[in-house]
Amino acid sequence: MKYIIKKIGTLILTLFIISFLSFLAFQIIPGDAALSRLGTDATPEQVEALREEMGLNAPMLVRYGNWLKDFVSGDFGTSYSYNMPVSEMLAGKLPITLVLTALSFLLILAISIPLGLFTGSREGSRLDRATMMANQVLMSIPGFFLGILITAVLGLGMKLFIPGAYVSYREDFGGFLYYLIFPAIAIALPKCAMGVKMLRSSVIGQLHMDYVRTAYSKGNSQHRVMYHHILKNAMIPVLTFWALTISDIVANSIIIEQVFTIPGLGSMLIQSISNRDYPVVQAIIVMVAGLVVVINFLVDLLYTKIDPRVTIE
Amino acid sequence: MGTILELRHVNSWYKIKSKNPFQSNATRKKQVLKDISFSIQEGEILGLVGESGCGKSTLAKTILGFIKDVDGTIVRGTDQMQMIFQDPYGSLNPSKTIGWILEEPLRMQGKTDREMRREKVEKMLKKVGLEPSYYNRYPRELSGGQRQRVSIAIALIQGSKLILADEPVSALDVTIQKQIMELMLSLQEELGLTYLFISHDLNVIYQMCDRVMVMKNGRIVEIGDVEQVYTKPKSDYTKKLLEASC
Repeated sequence: MKYIIKKIGTLILTLFIISFLSFLAFQIIPGDAALSRLGTDATPEQVEALREEMGLNAPMLVRYGNWLKDFVSGDFGTSYSYNMPVSEMLAGKLPITLVLTALSFLLILAISIPLGLFTGSREGSRLDRATMMANQVLMSIPGFFLGILITAVLGLGMKLFIPGAYVSYREDFGGFLYYLIFPAIAIALPKCAMGVKMLRSSVIGQLHMDYVRTAYSKGNSQHRVMYHHILKNAMIPVLTFWALTISDIVANSIIIEQVFTIPGLGSMLIQSISNRDYPVVQAIIVMVAGLVVVINFLVDLLYTKIDPRVTIE
Repeated sequence: MGTILELRHVNSWYKIKSKNPFQSNATRKKQVLKDISFSIQEGEILGLVGESGCGKSTLAKTILGFIKDVDGTIVRGTDQMQMIFQDPYGSLNPSKTIGWILEEPLRMQGKTDREMRREKVEKMLKKVGLEPSYYNRYPRELSGGQRQRVSIAIALIQGSKLILADEPVSALDVTIQKQIMELMLSLQEELGLTYLFISHDLNVIYQMCDRVMVMKNGRIVEIGDVEQVYTKPKSDYTKKLLEASC
């Protein structure tokens, strides 16, 4: 219990620091919201008047304080460029990015667990060597390039989907899921390569342990030894990797959303940054950071479940 | 009292993969067991002694059928054989409870009633001198001697009568060694077990066994009653072993 309170404290502190840093970054980069709203034709007087109206002339700490006060009370502010509550804008985009993240993560698990176990238990076999080679290639391809390849080969070449023809989840959830599978593949494959590699070496390490011999001598089949004895022990070192993967997926999805023209959080973030629309940027950054911190916390809890040697204090 | 296990002219080989990259498929064979013949009577404790690498463990694995490349005849008087291993630290799955580890053989036998399984495991724990409360403990919470008691319980829980014990006390302190040996002797008497007891320690063999086999380079050089072999050794190798251990 004490541990959980401590963790929540760290979580709040982390989010506080992150939001402050991203706020600070906006002070350093040139350009501001008033200027980008009025365009280059505006006279300095007009810009100045709008700045005053938007409250951009107050000292930075005062503005940060105001933002923080509103944010804590649940008011995420109003977008400068769309004149729309930020919470409303997020509510429309968040499901898209969450579904893309979940889909990518499930794909990573579905591919890397069986393949990692299989190659680990048959070290040096033909499939193992082929997988290792494919891994090497996949790990060195950046996600966005893989996205372009998938668009070209699966989209334009094999006509499995129409690039750019994003289907909104409000209209057709099935079509929405189907369209998201392709960007999810682009995000997942490089991570799968890493996941297979890690699980494989973990399995190989476990196979040499004496308890595996004991399991065989009890009369277990190879399959049972693999799934009832080795899997859990081999998972322990790989768990952290998977937790980190989730934050990587979120970061990657921002770029991949651009490649596949998906109107998710990523495209909104990039647009808001170029519009200097900092209420939107702040909200997205704090939310993504919060997601990552919460997931890491959940993994810590999961560790105590999966590894009896770990206790929380 | 019948013969529970008999080996007649058994040879076995290990395959060695060639390290030469130009002949990756060529394998060489190395003969480990050479013309092994002996038998164990029901209720007997047969010792097997010899230096490291002479093929003691390979013999146990051959009897269990773990080694494929074998010729000769092995007559097994029972289907139920179990092995006890040397290292009590690595041989138990660290992420499972003692109860889970002991119940696994029962689950595989298809004994699905939970209460019955638990009862049987707790009885077995008592039999090997552990509190029934160890059911929910993890291996790391146990000492080496306690773990070895668990290993013995694993070997016995399916009701096996023939136990192949591969250096079961070598990794333990002398006092713990004595306790485990006494436990194995009392269990043998109580349950009518037969042991093939492998050790490199002549003193341990002397205290445990009725008969003893001496092995060298995959061959049995001498077999006979412990008393007789220790006082009037026939082969030079046995003499050398005895001199070295005194």
